[in-house]
Amino acid sequence: MAIAIPSDRSTPAAARRGMSDLAIRNWFIIPTLIFLIVFNIFPLLYSLGYSFTDYRASMNDPAHWVGLQNYRELLADENIWNNFTLTAKYVVASVAGQVIVGFGAALLMNRPIPGKGLLTTMMMLPMMMCMAVVGLFWQLLYNPSWGIVNYLLFTDGKEWLSNPDWALYAVAITDIWMWSPFVMLLSLAGLSAIPPSLYEAAAIDRASRWFVFRRITLPLVAPLLLIAVIFRTMEAFKTFDIAYVMTSMDETELVAIRLYKMAFLEWQTGRSCALAYLMLLAVLAITNVYVKYLNRLKAR
Amino acid sequence: MAVVQSRASHWLNRAAIALALLMLVVSMIPLYWIGSTAFKARADASTVPPTVFFKPEITPFIKLFTARVQQRGARDEAEYAKAPWWEKLVMEGGDRFIKDDKGQIESSGYLSRFLNSIVIAVSSTFLAVAMGTITAYGFSRFKMPGEDDWLFFILSTRMLPPVVVAIPMFLMYRLVGLVDTHIGLIILYTAFNLSFSVWLMKGFIDEIPKEYEEAALVDGYTRMEAFLKIVLPQATTGIAATAVFCFITAWNEYAFALMMTNRNAQTAPPYIPSQLGSGLTDWTVIAAGSLLFLIPVTLFTFLLRAHLLRGVTFGAIRR
Repeated sequence: MAIAIPSDRSTPAAARRGMSDLAIRNWFIIPTLIFLIVFNIFPLLYSLGYSFTDYRASMNDPAHWVGLQNYRELLADENIWNNFTLTAKYVVASVAGQVIVGFGAALLMNRPIPGKGLLTTMMMLPMMMCMAVVGLFWQLLYNPSWGIVNYLLFTDGKEWLSNPDWALYAVAITDIWMWSPFVMLLSLAGLSAIPPSLYEAAAIDRASRWFVFRRITLPLVAPLLLIAVIFRTMEAFKTFDIAYVMTSMDETELVAIRLYKMAFLEWQTGRSCALAYLMLLAVLAITNVYVKYLNRLKAR
Repeated sequence: MAVVQSRASHWLNRAAIALALLMLVVSMIPLYWIGSTAFKARADASTVPPTVFFKPEITPFIKLFTARVQQRGARDEAEYAKAPWWEKLVMEGGDRFIKDDKGQIESSGYLSRFLNSIVIAVSSTFLAVAMGTITAYGFSRFKMPGEDDWLFFILSTRMLPPVVVAIPMFLMYRLVGLVDTHIGLIILYTAFNLSFSVWLMKGFIDEIPKEYEEAALVDGYTRMEAFLKIVLPQATTGIAATAVFCFITAWNEYAFALMMTNRNAQTAPPYIPSQLGSGLTDWTVIAAGSLLFLIPVTLFTFLLRAHLLRGVTFGAIRR
């Protein structure tokens, strides 16, 4: 838009009747903001208050102020640290897997392939599906005695979801199956945006494939790949549905699951509000690190 | 890249296509498995080695919608003789229907959960898209003090872990009696989808040239008329894509539904896995329930394919 028309001002004809632009702007925007504040920010403040109390929603006792006790106890609790460690392991395993598979698939798909549109859309199907249902039917696939996973891998009778060493990674594999296409989609967008002239120049210079990949492909895809990693890391950190549906062991108790149990099964409302805040801080920290890195990458 | 198509790169191309096809097959096997299990006889669902070829049956779907228990002892032959064919199928499988006082077969919980899912997903999608569209128009066309901050705030509400929000929401809903109600879940899903809808719609509306409205304003349209008659028709594709994304999110949502509902307003995602624990697990029925639940999303994914990238990145990346 070359000509800047000051859109804040109504044309005289319109100003005479109907709402002013200012009124329209306010009526269009402010209700949504209020709605979001009421249903997202207010609850968070509400639970911040409860995180300093010993309130239990299952009892009739009123809440008592306990100061920082909940936070102190949580941070001193080895089990909680264990939940966070497990979550970190899960995030690393599943995001790394998704990047390897998804980016690899994108490199393979970034060439003229007959029926490519249909092919990519079919690959996208898993990520559009309900995580709880996906988790459920992967239980069927992982069944040790007649599941198809053991059959295809020739690992007869191997326990996946009830094996303490494997369960977390079995869940991560399901997550990789589901979300690698997401990484692939973003990587493909990045790859197809690289101008062919760069590759032509490299070919004239007789640059090796590895050199081309490292100096042209990778740096130009990096920003989009990083966006994919940010999205997936945050989602993996918040994982609840898939792990909760698939297993119920201490070895797969991610932070979100611990939080759910604490709040809705053990009814330690005050304490769970404190844990929720710890989790929220962790999510914010991860996001911040990535956004900073992303900005630096873009500035280069 | 068509400068030098050497023999080696030709073969590399072939190999890449083969590998890509292999990945497609691997990613499709689980879906094929859930689809085929839904049509298997119960005995075929858990065989070693897994049954790939089988005689398809409709029984799992009949079982899905009806309440039954396992038949103990011999079945009532008189009842069997006068039962319609689909009742016979279930009785032959060794199950007995649960009937009410009038002899009517009771329906299972699945149908009501499925209907709840439709009602809640459709209503919350409508609200989120309607509010999101006008808000996006506001942000797209007018200056707002602290605009970027507000937009970031809107986006950040989507990043909150559902469990974190659910705890205080549950306490608040309990105070006002919204726990396990359709309205309660509709409000939650609307709030959850609204941020997404604003961001995606802003991208779509930004692409509609301002000049159209300016011309209409000069012609004597009010701003409201220009929005309704010029912008909205232009934004139809965007609105449709946003609506489908919001619908899919609400349709698939599990955590809120698990924590905020238990019977009356429960949607299908928490219900389907809960069948696992109930007695002898009949995987064919679970597969049938999952399959029916996944079909709408599958169709929508194909309709949406041009907008997938945009949708999954909150409109940040357009193609």
